[in-house]
Amino acid sequence: MTDSKYFTTTKKGEIFELKAELNSDKKEKKKEAVKKVIASMTVGKDVSALFPDVVNCMQTDNLELKKLVYLYLMNYAKSQPDMAIMAVNTFVKDCEDPNPLIRALAVRTMGCIRVDKITEYLCEPLRKCLKDEDPYVRKTAAVCAAKLHDINAQLVEDQGFLDTLKDLISDSNPMVVANAVAALSEIAESHPNSNLLDLNPQTINKLLTALNECTEWGQIFILDCLANYTPRDDRESQSICERVTPRLSHANSAVVLSAVKVLMKFMEMLPKDLDYYGTLLKKLAPPLVTLLSAEPELQYVALRNINLIVQRRPEILKHEMKVFFVKYNDPIYVKLEKLDIMIRLASQANIAQVLAELKEYATEVDVDFVRKAVRAIGRCAIKVEQSAERCVSTLLDLIQTKVNYVVQEAIVVIKDIFRKYPNKYESVIATLCENLDSLDEPEARAAMIWIVGEYAERIDNADELLESFLEGFHDESTQVQLQLLTAIVKLFLKKPTETQELVQQVLSLATQDSDNPDLRDRGYIYWRLLSTDPVAAKEVVLAEKPLISEETDLIEPTLLEELICHIGTLASVYHKPPSAFVEGSRGVQHKRLPGSAGSGESESQDTGSAAGVTEAPPAVIPSQGDLLGDLLNLDLTPPTTTGPPPPSSGMQMGAMDLLGGGLDSLMGDESEPLGGDLGGSPAMGAGFSAPTAAMPASFNAPVSGGLDDLFDLGGGVGLPMGAYTPPKTIWLPAMKAKGLEISGTFVRRAGVIQMEMTLTNKAMSVMTDFAIQFNRNSFGLAPAGPLQVLTPLSPNQSIEVALPLSTVGPVMKMEPLNNLQVAVKNNIDVFYFSCQYPISMLFVEDGKMERQVFLATWKDIPNDNESQFQIKDCHLNSDAASNKLQGSNIFTIAKRTVEGQDMLYQSMKLTNSIWVLAELRVQAGNPNYTVCLKCRAAEVSQGVFQCYEAVLKN
Amino acid sequence: MIHSLFLINHSGDIFLEKHWKSVIGRSVCDYFFEAKEKAVQPENVPPVLQTPHHYLISVYRDKLFFLSVVQTEVPPLFVIEFLHRVADTVQDYFGECSEGVIKDNVVTVYELLEEMLDNGFPLATESNVLKEMIRPPTILRSVVNTLTGGSNVGDTLPTGQLSSIPWRRAGVKYTNNEAYFDVIEEIDAILDKSGTTVFAEIQGVIEACVRLTGMPDLTLSFMNPRLLDDMSFHPCVRFKRWESERILSFIPPDGNFTLMTYHVSSQNVVALPVYVKQNISFLETGSCGRLDITIGPKQTMGKTVEGLTVTVHMPKTVLSANLTATQGNYTYNLATKVLVWDIGKLNPQKLPNLRGSLSLQAGAPRPEENPALDITLKIQQLAISGLKVSRLDMYGEKYKPFKGVKYLTKAGKFQVRT
Repeated sequence: MTDSKYFTTTKKGEIFELKAELNSDKKEKKKEAVKKVIASMTVGKDVSALFPDVVNCMQTDNLELKKLVYLYLMNYAKSQPDMAIMAVNTFVKDCEDPNPLIRALAVRTMGCIRVDKITEYLCEPLRKCLKDEDPYVRKTAAVCAAKLHDINAQLVEDQGFLDTLKDLISDSNPMVVANAVAALSEIAESHPNSNLLDLNPQTINKLLTALNECTEWGQIFILDCLANYTPRDDRESQSICERVTPRLSHANSAVVLSAVKVLMKFMEMLPKDLDYYGTLLKKLAPPLVTLLSAEPELQYVALRNINLIVQRRPEILKHEMKVFFVKYNDPIYVKLEKLDIMIRLASQANIAQVLAELKEYATEVDVDFVRKAVRAIGRCAIKVEQSAERCVSTLLDLIQTKVNYVVQEAIVVIKDIFRKYPNKYESVIATLCENLDSLDEPEARAAMIWIVGEYAERIDNADELLESFLEGFHDESTQVQLQLLTAIVKLFLKKPTETQELVQQVLSLATQDSDNPDLRDRGYIYWRLLSTDPVAAKEVVLAEKPLISEETDLIEPTLLEELICHIGTLASVYHKPPSAFVEGSRGVQHKRLPGSAGSGESESQDTGSAAGVTEAPPAVIPSQGDLLGDLLNLDLTPPTTTGPPPPSSGMQMGAMDLLGGGLDSLMGDESEPLGGDLGGSPAMGAGFSAPTAAMPASFNAPVSGGLDDLFDLGGGVGLPMGAYTPPKTIWLPAMKAKGLEISGTFVRRAGVIQMEMTLTNKAMSVMTDFAIQFNRNSFGLAPAGPLQVLTPLSPNQSIEVALPLSTVGPVMKMEPLNNLQVAVKNNIDVFYFSCQYPISMLFVEDGKMERQVFLATWKDIPNDNESQFQIKDCHLNSDAASNKLQGSNIFTIAKRTVEGQDMLYQSMKLTNSIWVLAELRVQAGNPNYTVCLKCRAAEVSQGVFQCYEAVLKN
Repeated sequence: MIHSLFLINHSGDIFLEKHWKSVIGRSVCDYFFEAKEKAVQPENVPPVLQTPHHYLISVYRDKLFFLSVVQTEVPPLFVIEFLHRVADTVQDYFGECSEGVIKDNVVTVYELLEEMLDNGFPLATESNVLKEMIRPPTILRSVVNTLTGGSNVGDTLPTGQLSSIPWRRAGVKYTNNEAYFDVIEEIDAILDKSGTTVFAEIQGVIEACVRLTGMPDLTLSFMNPRLLDDMSFHPCVRFKRWESERILSFIPPDGNFTLMTYHVSSQNVVALPVYVKQNISFLETGSCGRLDITIGPKQTMGKTVEGLTVTVHMPKTVLSANLTATQGNYTYNLATKVLVWDIGKLNPQKLPNLRGSLSLQAGAPRPEENPALDITLKIQQLAISGLKVSRLDMYGEKYKPFKGVKYLTKAGKFQVRT
């Protein structure tokens, strides 16, 4: 008798029939019916209509039937919350059943019913179960607390369940401890600063004891939790390591990897001359190797982590090269990872073996893999200098195979080898040139052209070769076009007599016939360089290029440190910090290896994981070009909100008269990056694409910024209101300043903050020689120019002065935040005063967040950073308020109306890139508004609120 | 933790879904299908996929995809291990893990999944604990259940889950007490064209079948434990004792289980039981090639090599093979381009040889890739690493059990490059 019969009933009256059966008197028939219902449910059919009938079956002594009904309830309670209440009573009763299995089952199921109304009824039974005499019930209840927290966090905190959970860490039963840890870890993820898992030597000891006795899954939770602890000294560190080491022999690979994480982290604290340190290093290798004989999926995760481990501590696996050799039937994702690690482990000692393997791989079937293998040979040449010659000859062998993609890939890497060992292997150029015609991929074509241009003086027919490319200039990809342009200019500088025509041809193609601004700009620059000062042109274009570094794909050290702390997690698989991509983690703590603490504290404050991407330091991006992500930098999104805009934006450049005087200033400003682009770019992987790749990084950001500005301006045109400006107040009374009275205010006009002051001379003598200085302040405000008081100020005369301010001055936190201490000097004396500027001055014009980003950020900011304020007696409707606020760069992103209450979701960005998110609630007819502010730097909330009040009431 | 599980068959139909938290729509699997499409071969689907809101972690077992959805930072190995455990449990309960069997027992499978995870946290994954709560179906029981209205669900508290030995239930009783251990070693090796070893290692596993009454406490000791490089043990093994005395001391689970796995690494010299001489070449002109393979014994410690087969994945352009085998039969599958030569027992006096010509598609260029040979073999009563069990003792119970140890050497991933 099988269950497959349940799949066959698809008749129309099915639900009706089931209903009848569910209400049958016969127990057996009832059970069969429930089974059918469950079967339909599992395959995704909607059987929620049977809710009341199924719930009626709940009152039964038959455990299987009870379980089945529970299963059903969990699935459908959400869609039938009112009906679900009917079940509550049975749950409460079952929680007191003498059979602990039923008690546990009841508390487990209750937690799975994700209905708000039920949660309140759940508290009492849960409280009892958390203190149940039976450990099975306690451990189930611990998980239930986590479930409840997911549904209603506030409730769990109010009811004190968190404390009960913390107590359970000291429970006598290891399974209860493990579940309590698991529950707390999950809860902690949504409360990054809550210190839920307050680890001290006592709790650590409890955890280590439980570690030996609990289930494999419990061990994972406990190990992951241990990894967050920072031992007080190396002795404690060693003793924890000693107690964790046995886990390396566990059959469950997740336990092994979590143990590796703990050991890798705590090892940092051990002195390297300690014997134990060496022992530990030796112990780490075998389990890692063994992970590679597991199922391919496990291998993949293990390999991604090993990739991190060999970067941090290459000594662990330096003798294990062979286990990374590729088997022909490994899945492709395993092959690529193995290859990557082989290159990392390659050294003079094993290079012969590695090369033999790589050559073998280059004859395999899978094209992607073959390409990476060829590329890997090039990387070996660059990494292990002694092997370069062998690598080159291997590559030449491969070129002889004439397999198209192998040849192309080989040429790309030979170009890199030339970059590393200039003037050493030019003898192969002839062979390369033979294959010129077979190259059809842009990267290979570009590489070949680069080689021809670079060694033009040694290639007799270089001009012919390049000319042949020129014929189809407009059909080439940008990469090739740029390269061709540069190569021909190089050629011209080397052999000026024969190639004048050629260079003119390419310059005109690039500047006059091309729509591509990059190409055009580069063309103009060369043109101008060549026409004004050929000597300088030679210096720039034929400049000595920096050698490419050995391993360009290394992960940036601070990121690597963080990832080592996240071994075994998704972050370690993606090689990205968790903050960059894990959606569920609201506010991620940056983990650092012990011993190197403080290295990255400054960034933790705010910079806004708002965009997510900005968290990853841009420097890391080029290094992502590992074997898997051969995207080059081209596809990477430019950081969206970083840094002050560079001096010129792409938009303006397009419009600028390139041949006019503008060019000179452009050259002056940017000669450095251009030199890099024209000559040699520093990154190997990026190699040729560097010129284009560098563009997005430095230019796209301002371009999009510029566009945003435009759009925002467009939106702002129709609005009558400007920024709110507070009235002038007297900052410096005349009696305190020997007759000089200063009153003033702050305004923001067209993106510039100005301090507007009225200086009045109330003394009897003329005042001259005014100057102004600011003390360091919270947002780095500083005068952007000198105080312009041109004429002497006669007695009883007033003068209006506007002083533009910049926000790049020195920063010091002030109390209150918006306090500004000013010193004004004139011919009489120096006077000091302090004033407060409205924070709204600092709201920048591009403070409008994307909706999605807003949502994510709102979730991302911990609730602790939320503050709520009331604005009384305000009589605007929500639209008017929104308009008014927009004048002060507080942007409304979305509006929602719930039960007559308008909720405006707003964002603003301060000059130092702190984002403030706000929810403004306006109820028709109620003059009291509520503002809810969320910001990573919670201190600014008060100031922001004051702005709201000021703006709305004026 | 683990949010949802989807079971997907070979052709991409979702035939079972289970959600441990809120319900996630099936559309999330579209990202997976996309990756599956791209990977062509099901084995090549990357196990960890990122979607805008979720992570998809999957394993491919028995032609089924076990796809789990997670939403927060979770150790992926934890998920993968768990998914394999689900497959193991299905296998254990119903004898095989296939779409048909799962559909036939869908309610039981669903109940099992419910017991295995709670809110995404693993709850009961030990087979004997599960079996106490949900009895595996037998023909007899289903008949009885139909007659009496009984059920497959146990009503006892799973005692094992709480004791310090969760892997063993109390009150085990047998009339015949027996304990068998199989030492199985697999050789993973890559040989190059000339027959020299590029890489070789041994993966060993000790499978146990223990049916002993009460709470027996066993010790198993080896003649030469130092051979072992890296071991992982069943949780029942007392690690301290192994560290200090190199003795396996444990209270065994009831029934079949894996006692330990070990690894004899490439650092040690691994004895290879056979050598292979081969030559596969394709002529530059004319569409044909030649094949010549000979296999001979190398280090077999006097035992017979059995079950010898050679599999060659030919280049796509190879149309047919005209070969003669001095021993065994060969088949060439035109569709999959796989040549299988089934040799059987290796006779050291008369070495098996397969030779002849291959014909290629007319006009096709000479194949670029070199086909690799896959060797399988078996040697009974031999652990190729030389590992030997010296004694097995039982404490804690009075009766005298039946004891037995068997050895077996197999080829794991044994590849010869050409």
